[in-house]
Formats: sequence, C-alpha cells, structure tokens
Amino acid sequence: MKSIIKITIFFVFASFLLTSCGNNGKSGNDGALRSSNAEKVYVAPGEHDEFYAFMSGGYSGNLTVYGLPSGRMFKEIPVFSQFPTSGYGYSEETKPMLNTSFGFVPWDDSHHPDISQTNGELDGRWIFINGNNTPRIARISLKTFETEEIIEVPNSAGNHSSSFITENTEYVVAGTRFAVPVPQKDMPISEYKGNFKGALSFIKVDEETGRMGIKFQILMPGFNYDLSHPGRDKSHGWFFFTTYNTEEANSLLEVNASQNDKDFIAAINWKKIEEYVNNGGGTKMPTNYAHNVYDEHTHTATTTMVKEVLTVNPTEIPGAVYLLPTPKSPHGCDVDPTGEYIIGNGKLSADLTVHSFTKMLDAIENEKFDGDAYGIPILKYEEVLAGSVKSGGLGPLHTEFDDKGNAYTTFFITSEVVKWKVGTWEVLDRKPTYYSVGHLMVPGGNSRKPFGKYVVAMNKITKDRYLPTGPELEHSAQLYDITGDKMELLLDFPTHGEPHYAAGIPASIIKEQSQKIYRLDENKHPYAVTEPGQAKVTRDGNEVHVYMSMIRSHFTPDNIEGVKVGDKVYFHITNHEQDFDVPHGFAMIGANNSELLIMPGQTKTLTWEPKKVGVWPFYCTDFCSALHQEMQGYIRVSPKDSNIDLSWSLDGE
Amino acid sequence: MKKAGILMIIGSLLLLGLFKFPLWNIMLGAPQYPDPLGMNIHINGIKGVSEFDLQNIDGLNHYIGMKTIPKPEEMWEFSIFPKVIIGMVVLGVLIGLFGVLGKLSYKWFILWFILMSILGVLGMYDFNAWLTAYGSDLNPNAIMKIMNEDGTPMTYKPPLFGSQKMLNFDVSSLPHTGAYMMFVGMMLTIGAFIIGKKESKKL
Repeated sequence: MKSIIKITIFFVFASFLLTSCGNNGKSGNDGALRSSNAEKVYVAPGEHDEFYAFMSGGYSGNLTVYGLPSGRMFKEIPVFSQFPTSGYGYSEETKPMLNTSFGFVPWDDSHHPDISQTNGELDGRWIFINGNNTPRIARISLKTFETEEIIEVPNSAGNHSSSFITENTEYVVAGTRFAVPVPQKDMPISEYKGNFKGALSFIKVDEETGRMGIKFQILMPGFNYDLSHPGRDKSHGWFFFTTYNTEEANSLLEVNASQNDKDFIAAINWKKIEEYVNNGGGTKMPTNYAHNVYDEHTHTATTTMVKEVLTVNPTEIPGAVYLLPTPKSPHGCDVDPTGEYIIGNGKLSADLTVHSFTKMLDAIENEKFDGDAYGIPILKYEEVLAGSVKSGGLGPLHTEFDDKGNAYTTFFITSEVVKWKVGTWEVLDRKPTYYSVGHLMVPGGNSRKPFGKYVVAMNKITKDRYLPTGPELEHSAQLYDITGDKMELLLDFPTHGEPHYAAGIPASIIKEQSQKIYRLDENKHPYAVTEPGQAKVTRDGNEVHVYMSMIRSHFTPDNIEGVKVGDKVYFHITNHEQDFDVPHGFAMIGANNSELLIMPGQTKTLTWEPKKVGVWPFYCTDFCSALHQEMQGYIRVSPKDSNIDLSWSLDGE
Repeated sequence: MKKAGILMIIGSLLLLGLFKFPLWNIMLGAPQYPDPLGMNIHINGIKGVSEFDLQNIDGLNHYIGMKTIPKPEEMWEFSIFPKVIIGMVVLGVLIGLFGVLGKLSYKWFILWFILMSILGVLGMYDFNAWLTAYGSDLNPNAIMKIMNEDGTPMTYKPPLFGSQKMLNFDVSSLPHTGAYMMFVGMMLTIGAFIIGKKESKKL
C-alpha cells in the first residue's frame, strides 16, 4: 500500500514536471541541438563576431571582453586587480592606479560596466566600471582597451548602484549600497537609524578627455542604494535609484530589512542639483580620496589625493528628490528606451512594478504626496504606477529592452527570462536559464537605441553545464536569439570571474578604432630609450636604473655587471617593435613581483632586489619570433662590498 | 602639327606623375601577415606602404642576413632619376612646343620616345641589378642560412615582375601608378608621332 502511494506521488510529481517542461523547456535543451541554432552562433575561422560584450569580472576585479554570438573570450582587461600577466599593478607605472585613501588596494569587486553615450546612443569611446568593495570608478579606453583612470568615491561604502552614465556621458553616477556615518566617525553601530547617510555621487566626465571629477555628492537618508539607471530622452535630467533596507536595520538584514511592504525608488533631478551647485550651492566637506590617471604617452599613472568634496543636502533643494514607493526590496532599476517607464524589480515578489515618468511629473505638480522620509516627499504609489507585470515568476532582478517595445526580465528564484510587452504588461514568452540568472544584457539595452538581436543571461549557478572542474566552477552565460516572437536558447559559454552586469556594442562601432601599437616617437616616458644606442645603466646610491630596449630577438644590453646584493634594480624596458601584435615579455629570476608584458612602443618598469651573489638570467616570456628562445641575458650580482663598476654590453659592444 | 604637338606635351607631362606616385610596388604576404607588408619604389626613394612596413621588412630580413632597405642618400639612382625625368619632361615639352609652332619635324617625337625607352630599359636593368644584389649579398653571419637543394645558398631576390614564393612569403612585384602614367605618356608620344606624320602628309 505504501509503495502504491509512493508511486502515485511520484507519477503526479513527474507529470507536473513534464507539463512544466512542456511549457518552459521546449526550446531549451532540445532547441540548442538544432543545427540552425548551431549556425546562428558559428563564426567561421578568421571571421569576426557581430558584437563585443564587456562582462564585469565580479570578484576578479577586472573586465572581460567577449564576442557575440560566438561566446569567445578575447581579453581580460585588468582594472581593479593586480594582473601578473601584464604586470598591471606590479610595474612602477601602474602601481599608482590601485592607490586609495586606504593605501594600495590590489583587488576589488567589479560590477556594472556602462559604455559612453551621445544623445542616448552608444558612442564607443569609453567604458566605465565600478569597484564595489573599496568604492572606485574606472574609465577604460575603447581604443587601447586599457584602464586609463580610477577615481575613489569618498563617503561611500559598497559602491553598488554604479557606474551608470547619463545619456550624453555628462556624468558617471555612483551610489552607496551601505549607509555609513558621513563623515566617518567612531559611534555605536546600533545608532545607525537616522544618523547614517547614503551618498549618491555625480562624477563629471570631461567631454574631450573623459577625465573624471566628483562634481557633487547628495547625502541621502541612510537607506541602501541598490541599483540605478539614468532617465533618457524625455526623462533625461533625472536619475533613478532603487533602495532597500528603508527600515534602516543594522543587523540580520535578511529579516529586518524585509519588513516594509514597500521600499523606494529615489528619483533625482540632477539637472536641478547641478544648477544649484553651479550657483554656489552645497557644502564643501574635508575628505581624502585618490584620483589615479594613466597617461598614454608617458605610459605612467599618477595619483593625486583630493582633500575636499562638495556635498548637497537634498532637502535644501526643493523639487530635486522624490521617493516612489516600490514593493518588496526592489533590486534592478531600469528605464525603457523612451524614458517613460521606470521598472522596479521587486526581488521578493512575483510582480514587476512599472512607474510612469509622466505620471510622476504630474504627481509632483499636484503634490500627491504620501508623507515624507527625512523631509523628502514620498509620492503616492497609485499616482505614479503605470502598471505591473504579472509574471508568474519569482524573484525578478533586472530588465533590459529591445528595439521593438519588448522588455526582458530575469527571475533569480524561478531561474528564467521572461519577455513582456512594454505598455500592455503582457507576458509574451518565458525561457528557463541554467541556473539562477542575475543580470541580463541586450547590446545597447540600456540606451535609447537597443540592438535587439540577442540577450545574454548571466547565471550565478553553473552546476552540471560543463565538464566538472572540482568544487569551483566558472560562471555560465547563455545566449538567446530574440529576433522572433519566442526567445531561442542558442549557446552556453563559461565566463571568467563572476560577471554581474555586461555591456554590449556592435563591433562595427569600435573595431576600426582599436589601436595596434603605441608610437615610439610619441613615447614620453622619462626612462624610455628610443634608440638602442641610448641604452645605459646608472647608479644612484643603491638604486640601479637599467635603460633597456627590446626588439626581435634581443635585449640591449643583455650583459650587465656591477650590480650588488642590497641594490634595488629598476628595469625600464622599451619595446622597439612598431608592428601589430609583437609584444615582448620580461622575467627576472627571483623577482618578488611579476613579469612585464610590453606592447610595441611602450615602456614599463619592473623592480628587482637581488638577494644572492651570482650570475642571474632574464628572458623574454612572449614567444615573439623564431629566435624567442635566444632572447635572454645575464646580470652579474656581486657582494655588497664589491668594487666592480657598472658595465653593460650587447655582443661585446 | 598642332594636335600632335599638344599630344606630345601632354605625354611628356604625364611623367611628372612619377614625382607623386610610386613607380613600382613590392608586396610581401605571409600567413602571419594578413595585412601584407609592402614597399613602394619612387624615383626618389623607397617608402613603406604602411607607415612602419620598411622597419618591419628590415626586421624580418635581418634573420636571413639581408641588408637594410637603402635610404635615398645611400643610392645614387634616387638623386639621378628625378633629374633624368625632369630633363625628359623639359625636352618633351620643348619638342611639343616647337611641333605646335611647326618648327620641328614629327620625327623628333619618335626620337624622344626612343630615348625615353632606352633610358627606361637602362633603369629597369639597374633596378634588376639592385634587386639581385639586395637579395643575394647576404651577411655571412646571418641567423638563418637556407640552402637550395643543389647546396648553393638560397637568395632572396624579389621578382622584377610578377609573383614568387620565398620561404613563408608570397612576394609580388608590379608597376604602380607612376609607371602606368609614364607608360600612357609614352604611348601618347607615339600617337603624336603618328598624327604628326599624317598631318605632315596632308600638307
């Protein structure tokens, strides 16, 4: 009898599974086997992908570059983390990039890349990304695909609602996840409520150079500012932030920050605040943060410590900030291409809340308020609500858009992507993800002009999707074709680190501008040697400077004598190649840092502190030519008290 | 003789194209050079097709012991050729002018053509001699010494005209715009000769 019940339960359960698979999984596994799907992601040898996808590295601290639709990875761009592969963060030139007010911080957690825009469309000049842990924003050139600038964000902690740009790249915006005392001070944690602040930073981007500078910080109530997106087109001039923990709990947040039925989307009229500070508004607060800038011509980064920041109290600027009640701890905050709809992805609910920008303006004008929070007006929920998407899923996180009026939302708990119609809120399609999807990305999906051909789902859980590699697995992305009425799963591909968000752009916009070499005749590095004849070795106390050049397939000089134990040797090495894709490497035995990988025309510096007497080799690490293996040299290290003079040579000369 | 003279003037002036456009072009393609390296030979020097091509060709050639590509001051040709071309242009224009004025026989036109052809052949001979020297005068300490099947050292003379496989490179050598303009110009002077002959018969 028992077994009959068991079997019955099993069959009921199995039939339930089968039915739900019938609805959801049809073009999942089966579809991917179809040869037409294989053709859709096949990029023949030697041909190029249609899109670039820049995926954040999450806890790798970096940014990875992929091609779509192939899912091939092209490059890992070091941003917030030391990268021994190239020497980033180890070379003397790039160490300053990782300076902060906490000193040298060699790692971060990179989250949300965003490509620069003009008139709300991707322009492909720069890509920005936030460091979450020690709050920083980086700007990466899309000509060199290298990090050019990192600015620390003071008064912020957990730089998560970042780094999103306004539609003409006027600002890159960074919001704090953790509320903290501003300025920081020694106080009981339990006194958080009402005392901590949430700083939202507006970082001005220079139109020509891309140079960043904090224009102002809005000191908001001590909520947690989760994600943000700019208004665009009609709502250009506004910025929207989701909040959670409006309860202002300081412990066991999973319970205590989930009590309020509604949290808020904060709507910031940044144009109004900009005007206010341009007219002398705001308070200058003493602070200390690092601004690190890499110069492409000196190939060197410098750090400037900034001692002051302009803060703004939002209650002092009438009409600058409003709160839109949004159910259930909203996570993603997304704005559709027309700028009319602001989507709050209430991560603890089944439904998506959509606010209307027009209704919001109307509610503001007619003062349809529902009280205030710390003096900031709360708009009446019903007065701003445009509609809600009854998704049937659980745990909505993020929404992107295509160019046909559709939206795509990820559901973490039910592990799926749901396609719905903007305006009617009708669910059109749903496809499972494998497994537990976080962000998703449509190229240009957060601009006025999305390129609605593919959506990439970035999944948090990989499990059995690939050959197992022990307990630690790469994350898994999935590519869907969204050109038809129904989404079609085309491809799985592993992604490095933990991609949170990604930004995609048609390759045609940026591939022609991708730089091939650095010009040697524009190299302004103070220790560069632009002719092999300038190679030399100098001593200044116990500092030895080696001015070295490299070309296929030798170093000049390759024999150095007169170095002593206790010296600090600086190898300043210039790659004299001016040919595309001919880097040379440099590795020194016993160096306590990394190698250098030096691009044509570039100069990099590695330090080495010889500890042992002897004759020690160095060599090129990049298989540069048929004679790569011969690209090597020796350094003679003599005892500390030795009186051997410095000498250097190549082939006895 | 007016028509013929004008044709003669135009024909000789077309030689001036050599000061702007390359006479010859040599391209080197290999699997790892999807964008081939190339040199353009002008009458006053050799230039890279892309900015750093010469440096990169020299960089490759040092493995097999070839000399670097000569700078303009390293070859007398690059100072003499421009003078010869200018001389021929001036001569051709003068002949044409006198032809227009009817003070000169049409036979001068063909004389100019014959002189230009002789100079052209000499130039080609000289060019070929340089290519041979460039390709076979190799550094005895070259990094790579490749032998032919018969045991003689391999040489690397690019073809004067056409394509050839050399080690991993496909080398092609063809006339370029300047040469084509010169060729058209010279054809025009033959035309001038023919028309001049007809016109003089009519008289």
